Amino acid sequence: MPKLIKNGSVIDDAAQILVLDETQAPEALSLPEGPVFVPLAVWQAHKGVLSDNKAVGVWLDSHESVDDLAEDLDSLSAVALNFPKFTDGRAYSGAALLRTRYGFKGEIRAIGDVLRDQFFFMQRCGFDAIQPKTGKYSDAQLEEALASLQDFSAPYQAAVDQPEPLFRRARRAA
Amino acid sequence: MYRYDSYDQKIVDERVAQFRDQTRRYLAGELTDDEFRPLRLQNGLYIQRHAPMLRVAVPYGLLSSTQVRTLAHIARTHDKGYAHITTRQNVQFNWPELKVVPEILAELAKVEMHAIQTSGACIRNITSDPFAGVAGDEYIDPRPWCEVLRQWSTFHPEFAFLPRKFKIAVNGATQDRAVIQCHDIGLELKRDAAGEIGFRVLVGGGMGRTPIIGTEIIDFVPWQHIITYCEAILRVYNRYGRRDNLYKARIKILVKALGIAEFKRQVEEEWAFGKNGPNTLTEAEVARVATHFTTPAYETLPADDAAYASQRAANPAFAAWTRRNVLAHKVPGYAVVVLSLKDPSRAPGDITDAQLDQVADWADAYSFGEVRATHEQNLVLADVKQSDLFAVWEKARAAGLATPTFGLLTDMICCPGGDFCALANAKSIPIANAIQARFDDLDYLYDIGEIELNISGCMNSCGHHHVGHIGILGVDKNGSEWYQVSLGGSQGNDTSIGKVIGRSFAAAEMPDVITNIIDVYRAQRLEGERFIETVRRIGLDPFKIGVYGDAAIIERKQHA
Repeated sequence: MPKLIKNGSVIDDAAQILVLDETQAPEALSLPEGPVFVPLAVWQAHKGVLSDNKAVGVWLDSHESVDDLAEDLDSLSAVALNFPKFTDGRAYSGAALLRTRYGFKGEIRAIGDVLRDQFFFMQRCGFDAIQPKTGKYSDAQLEEALASLQDFSAPYQAAVDQPEPLFRRARRAA
Repeated sequence: MYRYDSYDQKIVDERVAQFRDQTRRYLAGELTDDEFRPLRLQNGLYIQRHAPMLRVAVPYGLLSSTQVRTLAHIARTHDKGYAHITTRQNVQFNWPELKVVPEILAELAKVEMHAIQTSGACIRNITSDPFAGVAGDEYIDPRPWCEVLRQWSTFHPEFAFLPRKFKIAVNGATQDRAVIQCHDIGLELKRDAAGEIGFRVLVGGGMGRTPIIGTEIIDFVPWQHIITYCEAILRVYNRYGRRDNLYKARIKILVKALGIAEFKRQVEEEWAFGKNGPNTLTEAEVARVATHFTTPAYETLPADDAAYASQRAANPAFAAWTRRNVLAHKVPGYAVVVLSLKDPSRAPGDITDAQLDQVADWADAYSFGEVRATHEQNLVLADVKQSDLFAVWEKARAAGLATPTFGLLTDMICCPGGDFCALANAKSIPIANAIQARFDDLDYLYDIGEIELNISGCMNSCGHHHVGHIGILGVDKNGSEWYQVSLGGSQGNDTSIGKVIGRSFAAAEMPDVITNIIDVYRAQRLEGERFIETVRRIGLDPFKIGVYGDAAIIERKQHA
């Protein structure tokens, strides 16, 4: 079963990421069994039906805006943000906006080209679920990669995981 | 200068551990080249023509003598005995081996230094006025604000993978010495009518392939809000900056595409949420940082030291050096000394390990233990007593650091170019050295007067050629190296982008080309007119005629 880092530990995760190929229209809905993340287009075409199904989350690609989900967040338990390449940093802003602007309390999952050296930044921006591609890391490597969540113990600036900057949290020596 | 507390120290120590592990995983084959590249770049490590190149951060150009000695040690132990001062006030080593880089970082961390974010698509080293704190025209010291911004931008989790690099500069003096108009964000310190400190913010300036002068986005942001305002700009850029084309990914392209009014609207909309948030600065934090930049223990001295005057009168070479390389200081009896790294026998901006050690000693003996790096690739001792100038000059001259040409033709800005840099289209150091060899007569240089000649080996413009009074750009034509010349660029308050004068030249032609340009200036100048002023008054045509001859101009006009 695919692995997921959730709140700092590795767990099994059965959720599927539904990806439409070019021949599939979002209007033609065929959901797999069990928990699933559907593309934004599918969500928008079927949200009347899907919003009662707690097994359904939405995933956004990096060019898609979290603003387009703003009205729907109450009926969602999870949003996944895709990193098409790990150097595409748009999802960091997306996650931060979901947490701070829209007050989203559900799961925010990093999917796609997700590498351990970005875990720390992801966590700081509000991702509580991190899912490297299946096969990217062995189980042992994934356990070892948890250490990257703790790369820095006292960051300077405010972010989602630490809403106060260091200068407000600590009495610093002059 | 700023000294680390336990929090600052912990962050750089943890960085060393992180990079040590990343390097280990790369060497063990657990990280691919593509995966390791952004990690090493965000730590200033390039893979260059000969070996890795490590760029060490010198925040806003300030160094302690202890730090300079560590740089000397690294140059001696891990490099080939020299270091290079960059146009972002940083220091580069050209020859370290990848596997020892974690060790170098550990040595740097011991003296409160690092290589964090000196490259990569992130917020880079904050740059500023090399004469901060001592310049007579300074109205607000930019250094505490630079440090506040440095801490905010260090490992900012949201902005570690921007579309492209992001550069911020801060100026707090009447004369802009930080090139703020050519930065992604340029910050000009100012006071409002009530005397409160704040910032005029420029956005979307930059050099590179598409040189653009920054546009004012807001005329006053109160100091409390400068971080949240910058965050709003960065967030709009991170979300909407182009990622499909490396050459169109800088914020200047986004600002241009949207127009400043629409870009500003988006920033203000974003700022409405972040303003007054937790990143709003507090008086206590600014005061804490500012205590690191207090005035050193200056002595009460006469404005003009009598011995200094007689030393100048007795020694013409010393007098010549003081006229060029010694600048006025705001405190009576003190002076600012520019130690020239433009000795014609070396690459511009290069300094040896032995010279670094000597500079550290002079800093301790004569300048409160501090040294500054300038974006024009020199070093500065900012607080020297007039009565010590002769001793400093004698030592600097013996060490080859007293070339009396600050601000003259041969005090050029020059990137490492094709000799070292994998990005370069052409070599730049040999061009610089050839021009220095041609213009080796000091009287002639003094007669030419103040002029800025900047050389870049490629469009990335590390050598700031766009804002040189004379700009030289290395270009590749069918696999051979050519040089394009532009005139009329300028940095500072009246920043302008130079215009290309015509077809490019082979390397061997360059000294003649510069001579021809200078000849036109000397023939056409009015009494007391500097080169850039003559160019602005008479335009490019007389220079084109001087360089290409009448025929080229007539032909161009016919085709126009």
